[in-house]
Amino acid sequence: MKKLLPFLASLLLLAVLSSYTRPLAGYQIGDKAADFKLKNVDGKMVSLAGNKAAKGYIVVFTCNTCPYAKAYEQRIMDLHTKYAAQGYPVVAINPNDPAVAPGDAFAEMQKRAKDKKYAFPYLQDETQEVARQFGATRTPHLYVLTRQGSGFVVSYIGAIDDNSEDAKLVKTKYLENAMTEIMAGKPASVNSTKAVGCTIKWKKA
Amino acid sequence: MNRLKLPGLLAALLFTASAGHAQQVKVLKLPELQKRLAKPSDTTYVVNFWATWCAPCIKELPYFEQANAAYAGKKVKVLLVSMDYVSQLDKKVKPFVLKRGLKSEVLLLNETDPNSWIDKVEPKWSGSIPFTLMVNNSRQKRAVFEREFTQAELTSELQKFMK
Repeated sequence: MKKLLPFLASLLLLAVLSSYTRPLAGYQIGDKAADFKLKNVDGKMVSLAGNKAAKGYIVVFTCNTCPYAKAYEQRIMDLHTKYAAQGYPVVAINPNDPAVAPGDAFAEMQKRAKDKKYAFPYLQDETQEVARQFGATRTPHLYVLTRQGSGFVVSYIGAIDDNSEDAKLVKTKYLENAMTEIMAGKPASVNSTKAVGCTIKWKKA
Repeated sequence: MNRLKLPGLLAALLFTASAGHAQQVKVLKLPELQKRLAKPSDTTYVVNFWATWCAPCIKELPYFEQANAAYAGKKVKVLLVSMDYVSQLDKKVKPFVLKRGLKSEVLLLNETDPNSWIDKVEPKWSGSIPFTLMVNNSRQKRAVFEREFTQAELTSELQKFMK
């Protein structure tokens, strides 16, 4: 036992070290989502805990500049209209570095939100820490969070639907199908989907 | 009169032919692309997924063109697979390919539902572009890059892959 102890201790240390050096893979379905505090276009700070009435959130990583984000903008606004009333408002987060994409600067975000009359928060992820924590890779990239106890868990990750070009030609509404099941208290049968999108404009190291 | 006309006509024909060649963008569905990438040959495929609307993709296109030229005749095939909508083929993609004078083979993947095909191309790919795949089937080698390359990075990754 005496010999075993240092061995076990070193194993434990190795496990701890490797968990730190491993790059963040982002949230998986069922993971608890850590709260965040980001600046909204109205200048106020927004956090998940701030909206006590929310049963959950539709978190959308999106931006001003990506053609796919623009193609989905109206559909994102429609999602908010439909689901905010049922307790799942949209929270839009712009993770792009304005130094790489000047069109995503905070002032430009404010302008976009005002012109399009966003009824939901449009937050700037200035440090890109929230996008990294979620594991977001592209815009648009969606996460449905549902309230569980004092926090929120990830219930759906991925796409809005199966046709970015034309909302009228959509055959499968991935996110809405998942929402129907989630709001009925069931796990989504299709809980992860993929979409083509613009890579997040990460800060140059 | 006839003598004067003929060279002009020839030149016009040649011009149309070369312009036509440069403009070629093959539209294909996923099974056809899969079949091409599954060929048991010793050719290294460098497959770059891009789009005319994707700024970082456009920035790195010259690096792929450069690799295509550098490895000409060395069993390396660069495929530039456009993610543009097929409705944009004549309006955006062909004029872009012509204007840039792209020499690598350009394809346009005509699929609407990425969730149904991304995993068939590569399960590790989340869907953001630019995305690059290097495949050599006879050597059973495969490398994936869901990121933007600098010219130096692409050169070194390709050299590493070819070793």
